[in-house]
Amino acid sequence: MLLYITLFISLFFEVFLLITYLEVREEMKREDKWRPTKFPTVTVIVPCFNEEETVAEAVKSILNLDYPRKQLSVILVNDGSTDNTLKALNKFKNNPRVKILDKTNGGKHTAVNLALESVSTELVGCLDADSFVMPNALLKIAPYFDDQKTMAVTPSIKVHKPKNFLQHIQRTEYSWSIFLRRMLSSMGALYVTPGPFSIFRTQVFEELGGYRHAHMTEDMEMAMRLQKNHYKIVNSHGAHVYTVAPATFKGLIKQRSRWTYGFLNNSFDYRGLFFNKRYGNIGMFILPIASFSIFSAFYLVAHIAWGWLSKIIDVIQRYQAVGFNWKLSSPSFDWYFLSTGALPVLVVTAVGLTIFILYLSLRLADGRFRLHQGVFYYLFLYTFMVPLWLSKALFDTIFRRKVSWR
Amino acid sequence: MLDSRKYIVAFVITAFIFGTAVFVSNGLADKKLENVRDIENRVALDILSSETQFALLAETSCRDIGPGFLSQELGPLGEKLTYAENQNEFNTEDVEGLKRSYFLLEIKDYLLMKRLTERCNIRPTFILYFYSTSDRCDDCEKMGYVLTALRDKYPDLRVYSFDYHYDVGAIKTLTSIYKVKPTLPAIIVNGEPYYGFKPIDELEESIPALKLLKTATSTSSSK
Repeated sequence: MLLYITLFISLFFEVFLLITYLEVREEMKREDKWRPTKFPTVTVIVPCFNEEETVAEAVKSILNLDYPRKQLSVILVNDGSTDNTLKALNKFKNNPRVKILDKTNGGKHTAVNLALESVSTELVGCLDADSFVMPNALLKIAPYFDDQKTMAVTPSIKVHKPKNFLQHIQRTEYSWSIFLRRMLSSMGALYVTPGPFSIFRTQVFEELGGYRHAHMTEDMEMAMRLQKNHYKIVNSHGAHVYTVAPATFKGLIKQRSRWTYGFLNNSFDYRGLFFNKRYGNIGMFILPIASFSIFSAFYLVAHIAWGWLSKIIDVIQRYQAVGFNWKLSSPSFDWYFLSTGALPVLVVTAVGLTIFILYLSLRLADGRFRLHQGVFYYLFLYTFMVPLWLSKALFDTIFRRKVSWR
Repeated sequence: MLDSRKYIVAFVITAFIFGTAVFVSNGLADKKLENVRDIENRVALDILSSETQFALLAETSCRDIGPGFLSQELGPLGEKLTYAENQNEFNTEDVEGLKRSYFLLEIKDYLLMKRLTERCNIRPTFILYFYSTSDRCDDCEKMGYVLTALRDKYPDLRVYSFDYHYDVGAIKTLTSIYKVKPTLPAIIVNGEPYYGFKPIDELEESIPALKLLKTATSTSSSK
């Protein structure tokens, strides 16, 4: 019964996403053609902690943004790095658009807050030091601020030069997120303003205060705070930002468990949003289903794993009983032995819808549909990787263990 | 703002997908059971035909009995019923009914086989196998694999399997005739009961009928 309920909710979510897509696809086409009518002043803050290898590229990508030079400035904050990050930052000290701040280590939120103190532009954003913006990203984002109600705009994040299979999986996963974020944007239900290049009206920080520690996920807390105060967050699917994805299992699990831990704890802190009609889709649907998905992922993977384990036990028992004296071909290709229960039919439908949404996601992320190795890894391996960080995040949450960035 | 219409539409579509899945699944399950019923009917007809042929034996000789005298579909029928039993897509009552008919057909086939071996002096090559599904019997599953492997190895071997605790009078009569104890799994070969799990080699060695069958098979394959 639990399995049927899980499937029903998952299917309902997929159907809901597709209906939303049908509603907004014309709007998305219109957005693709948007050009800014005005160029608000913008400051981009780059908080750095031991980012000597990537920070220069990140800063260069901001300075190369296709945006009026006078309207764009950069604040680089060295958050007590122990490597040569400060040296890398100082290479930009002669650039009149760049300001460099150096402070003792206190965490990302303290670095951004310090920079926020000296921001006087209309808009302000962050760029993680391991991310790079595409030249037209700000041009794509700026028109959304023509709507005076829009308080924050999030970009589409892609994986920078994926090399190994883990990064290829993440490339596909990020494409999925691009689609999901755009749909959530239409529902008014974005609950993360990602570190890489989310742009805010500066008044947001004046009115709601700066970043908080927020269980090491300050970008999630900030979005939830905005939602709590009915501040509008939208997504620009055309503003592309590239980020360096973890290349090792350890790095990936650490990052994802931090995200999940952050989600669980921030959700608890903002539990007032849940099932509260005043917060519309985010309160009544998206936050509850996002929480539900953590537990349903466990359940579904456990169910699949149990099915496989039973089959393996069966084969072992068979081997113990008769050795290799059994016909591998039996039962034959008789359709009778095909599993045609309601459950397999529903699973096939849900997987079919997932593949279709993935197709739409890849098309949205890359401009056209291109099948790459990451799609196969994602379809066959990703589901089984998710419980690894979910369980770590749950463990950390239950036993109040502190999580870290690295 | 909440667009309740959109939620309703999404709910209706999801419910429709669920309803269709259940409908399609039920339809296919019915088709499968129909397939089992067809096989049972064919087996019943085969048995009736064999019985008739057997009744005519008084007027003819054993040489007139060909290799297809007994129904060849009992084995596949059993496999399909075992599959149906382990899936939850089927209506339990339907499966139970078909299983009951299957056991009765097995008994009829067994009786025919027995009479045939007596009348025509054919070496008996059949095993009665008693298992249980109502209480935990890990060895029954293993024994099932052994007997399936044996049947694959010796196509002339007929294995009649019965659920020991099944509420069919004929099975109870059979267990009382052979005094089968509820120590399952149990097999009866040539009227001799053997209890517990027996690996394939041990069965081939310790059961005389199988030993002969093994010799016959290896002789015919070496020719």
